[in-house]
Amino acid sequence: MTFDTQYYNIGFLDQLSYKDTFVHRLDPRVKLVVTLLFLFTVISFSKYEIFALVPFFLYPVLLMTLGEIPFMFILKKVLLVSPFAVFIGIFNPLLDSGQVFIFNGFTISAGWLSFISILIKFTLTVSTALLLIATTSFPGVCHALRRLKLPAIFVSQLLFLYRYLFVLMEETMRIVRARNMRSFGERGKDMRIYVRLAGTLFLRAVERAERIYHAMLSRGFQGDMPTLKHFQIKSGDVFFALSALALLFVFRFFPATEILGRFVQGVFL
Amino acid sequence: MHMADALLSPAVGATMWAGSVAAIGYSSAKLKKHIDNKTIPLMGVMGAFIFAAQMINFTIPGTGSSGHIGGGMILAVMLGPYAAFLTIASVLSVQSLFFADGGLLALGCNIWNLGVYPCFLAYPLIYRPIAGDATSARRISIAAVLSTIIALQLGAFSVVLETLFSGISELSFGAFLLLMQPIHLAIGLAEGMITVGVILYVKQARPEILEANIVSRPLNAGISIKNVLAAFVILAVITGGALSWFASTNPDGLEWSIEKITGQGELAEQTSGIATSLKNIQGKTAFLPDYGFKPAADEENTEEATPSWPGIEAGTSVAGVVGASIVMMFIMIIGFGIRLFKKR
Repeated sequence: MTFDTQYYNIGFLDQLSYKDTFVHRLDPRVKLVVTLLFLFTVISFSKYEIFALVPFFLYPVLLMTLGEIPFMFILKKVLLVSPFAVFIGIFNPLLDSGQVFIFNGFTISAGWLSFISILIKFTLTVSTALLLIATTSFPGVCHALRRLKLPAIFVSQLLFLYRYLFVLMEETMRIVRARNMRSFGERGKDMRIYVRLAGTLFLRAVERAERIYHAMLSRGFQGDMPTLKHFQIKSGDVFFALSALALLFVFRFFPATEILGRFVQGVFL
Repeated sequence: MHMADALLSPAVGATMWAGSVAAIGYSSAKLKKHIDNKTIPLMGVMGAFIFAAQMINFTIPGTGSSGHIGGGMILAVMLGPYAAFLTIASVLSVQSLFFADGGLLALGCNIWNLGVYPCFLAYPLIYRPIAGDATSARRISIAAVLSTIIALQLGAFSVVLETLFSGISELSFGAFLLLMQPIHLAIGLAEGMITVGVILYVKQARPEILEANIVSRPLNAGISIKNVLAAFVILAVITGGALSWFASTNPDGLEWSIEKITGQGELAEQTSGIATSLKNIQGKTAFLPDYGFKPAADEENTEEATPSWPGIEAGTSVAGVVGASIVMMFIMIIGFGIRLFKKR
């Protein structure tokens, strides 16, 4: 991934999070907690489970469509980070050679089952996490974390990081461009030059932090970052949370897919 | 070496989250006591710096491939362990949210693997004793390279352990170890050299930055860090124990990895005993147990060396495929429906 696309990606997610839809209006705390519960439920399935995982796609699909998030964007990002899970998972078909019976005379090795299961879990967890941030502004997530009793210092650290991320990334973009223009092929990309670049960037960052500190002092900073915005749990939030919990419960403990499959088989076959 | 959600079991994920949140809480409390307000914006900008520095790639000598830094040790040296740990944790949080690097559940693992080791082990126990008062460039170099390599090795080892205890991957302990450790030795060496370079560069240009850190954090900080680590270990064990009932919901988790690690020979009989009895329990407690065409599948399964087969039986799988396709269709129809409705 080139630098510009990475920069563009963060900016785009940030933009998406300022839309105004039902999902975006939900309380960040509720969204965060429901998403975490969703993730835990998904990974709590055994490593050979496939069918029971399918209904869980409902949640990311609802977030995506109700939140008006472009499908291709999320798909691309999911594919982009897939190598590690795929790399570790691909050993399963090679190492777990037990045979599982599926249709009449049609068998598949157990390793493939667990590999497919890993891929499904991977898609579910990654897309849901991305959709959480695409439908909730990062400051919103931070305030949710604060209200969930994470230390104030850590939360303000997150907010600061997010605020200056864009600034420093733009600065870095200029540095990288300058390096690329002055170097042809692989010249100028070795570690010695990298160290110089990183060192310069570091010093500039420190100096910037000092200026920021003085600016904040002159505006009355006393080590805390109060917020004016107050979040309130509304009826929409309660509705969202309760229906999400009910669905998670049903999908986790009742083999909905299987029952449906049997029912359809019974009717048509 | 970011952990991924899909390779985690809930018990491991929750345990590592508990450990990491405890470390965040502890570091915050420590910082609150000793901090001058100046450090707060500095930490934030340093986090952004790490982010930016990771985006410049460089060629790793001898391989031709390009890499980027993690930056844990640079932060620990520049900011001191507590501020550095919070900064790393914040960087990883943003990465997991915006790049889906790892994932939200694996974030606990990643903060632990990439934050705790450099800040609370490598920095106080390796870097500080060797680098001393940070006047000699040679000692700084040795200290930085060594501590970076060891921190990364510990991190990579943790990834192996976390994956094994989750029991999702089939890789054996030894094979996984061989995959992970040598790669991270090379990465650690490159990162160590860069860490040295940056530290020496800063020392040359703005020596007061390094000195300020050394003066403001006296050496006796090391003692309390040991206590903290002990507390973390105890906490992790307790939470792990409390959450281990999760493991019983998927019998292939812990037993499986124990079996792999100890070698099938010694425990083979025992594990198959546990697994079969668990399977029986599962058979009894399963919702609508008579929904599977059991006999044929069961006979096959008992012959397998891998004893645990939750959920997959011949009878259920046909229904599963049919049901899954229908559910998927439903979800897609709902999705397209909402899209169309919204467009109008």
